[in-house]
Amino acid sequence: MMFRNLTVFALVLSAPALAQQAAPPATPTEEGGLSGSVSDENDWQDLGIAIPSFATNADVPTQTSAGSTAALGRSVAQIITADLKNNGLFKPVGPDALPQPGYGQIQAPDFATWKTRSAEMLVQGYVRAAEGGQLTVGCYLYDVALSQQLAKAGWTVAPADWRRAAHKCADMVYSRLSGESPFFDSKVAYIAETGPKDRRMKRLAIMDSDGANHRYLTTGQATALTPRYSPDYGSIMYLSYLNGNPRIYVYDLATATQRLITQSRNPTFAPRWSPDGKWVLYSMATGGNTDIYRISAAGGGTPVKLTDSPGIDIGGSFSPDGTKIVFESDRSGSQQVYVMNADGTGQRRISFFGGRAATPEWSPRGDQIAFTHITGNFRIAVIDPSGGNLRTLTDSWQDEAPTWSPNGRIVQFFRTARGSGRTGIWQVDLTGRNERRLATPVDGSDPAWGPVRP
Amino acid sequence: MSANFRLKSLTLALLASAALSACASKAPKQLPPDPGGAASTDTSQGNLQGAVPGSQADFVVTLMGQDAIYFDTDRYNIDSADMAALAAQAQWLQKYPAKNATIEGHCDERGTRDYNLALGERRANAAKNYLVSQGVDAARLATVSYGKERPLALGSDESSWAKNRRAVTVTID
Repeated sequence: MMFRNLTVFALVLSAPALAQQAAPPATPTEEGGLSGSVSDENDWQDLGIAIPSFATNADVPTQTSAGSTAALGRSVAQIITADLKNNGLFKPVGPDALPQPGYGQIQAPDFATWKTRSAEMLVQGYVRAAEGGQLTVGCYLYDVALSQQLAKAGWTVAPADWRRAAHKCADMVYSRLSGESPFFDSKVAYIAETGPKDRRMKRLAIMDSDGANHRYLTTGQATALTPRYSPDYGSIMYLSYLNGNPRIYVYDLATATQRLITQSRNPTFAPRWSPDGKWVLYSMATGGNTDIYRISAAGGGTPVKLTDSPGIDIGGSFSPDGTKIVFESDRSGSQQVYVMNADGTGQRRISFFGGRAATPEWSPRGDQIAFTHITGNFRIAVIDPSGGNLRTLTDSWQDEAPTWSPNGRIVQFFRTARGSGRTGIWQVDLTGRNERRLATPVDGSDPAWGPVRP
Repeated sequence: MSANFRLKSLTLALLASAALSACASKAPKQLPPDPGGAASTDTSQGNLQGAVPGSQADFVVTLMGQDAIYFDTDRYNIDSADMAALAAQAQWLQKYPAKNATIEGHCDERGTRDYNLALGERRANAAKNYLVSQGVDAARLATVSYGKERPLALGSDESSWAKNRRAVTVTID
């Protein structure tokens, strides 16, 4: 049934008149611009999952924002429900609509009751106060029909990290049921935007993958752009107009200090990390010509110039194994996507499907490259690393700058509204069907999704 | 005439009236409101407004809109209109050899952010190179790209985008 709906939808969107319409910003459900079949039409997406409040052995106060261990148990179940629901992966039922199992039932579920509620899967767990104010969260996944435990895990976390335990549990459930790698326990860096179109204040900001733990890192006095989290989440590279000129800084999160990525007085753009965090790419303009350079992330060392065309060569995204780099160049006369070896050799264009192709980002799985496809409007699209199998995932006036979820199943990007110039961060899965806007305190752009945390 | 030009002229007019009120100590504290539209007609009077010769204000008034040059989509070539504007800029800069200038490169909103930063830099450098070819010492000229970050015209239409694809020369007071 789901596949039939998909086919019909693709036919509708292939009509050019419809494809030109700007999608209404607040109705994400029906605007995924899917243009081909996909491989992940699995039945597990329709599974009914019950996620009742996590139980506790003793309801005691905690140092968390959620309150006592019992209150925390409810919040944990709500976070897991939101994780699984908001990404369109499952149709979970959360704690507000379910009976609350006792502590003794967590490892011995009342399967008969859950069967009468048409639950196919059951996620239960507990929250316990641990030594030194820490918290222990247990997480269990059961197959109700089989009356069988499928997976279990537990984490002891500091009070400030209590939400991570919920994300880890959601990740366990998602991975076990889908066969995909986890991604919920991860963070996003982005640019928070306020103010009128000609005087936008742009601040560096960070948040968890679900929007929680939001924090501004810069004041907005200097325009901040294009952040990238380091793979270990220890620092963020971004562009700042501090002192008047656009240059890349490395912001250290532990010390809240920053340094220039290169002492050159030339403008530097488009910072990128290698997957192992040892190298960074930056793009630097010299006499108006922009090329891509590689330098040690630790600082020092001589930058290696990887491109040498008279056109604009900019950006760059490593393949997961670090051997190749996909980047953007207008050496052919318009922005197109190229691949080269990590040492700069073997440069070749891979985008040959019409329009302009910009901001390529290699999937952490290695099997896809996401980019901005400019054909009048700006859309998020994916191709395979040889440039084939183009699939368009979004259809709006201006969708730009994709960034991958840690498991390579979801693409985040930002959408700009025609006229007002207002921006918002959105994400879409690889089917193009599940598109939604992320809740941010103010407008947001330039999202950069980091890896799943250990 | 660009909106930017009008705005700067208005600022000049306000500065001029502020200067007047400072001199005439017996002037009423509550000045009568400026007549509407007077600011833009003032621009035709050029230096007569009282801009200090050799100042950025003087540069803007003298250049009469030619402090900026405009580009086609994704282009950075200098066309004949640009050459005329840059020649006028060079003339002013040679008249005041102690003055330095920054050339700001801009793009319209219909480009990706990184690329527009690089394109704005390329446009600013194209303008700089032409000024140098007209005899302006390169050491007096800096460039900065704002990409699509500082639009002048706020619409999402061709005429707004055309106004925003620009390189603006700003002299340093």
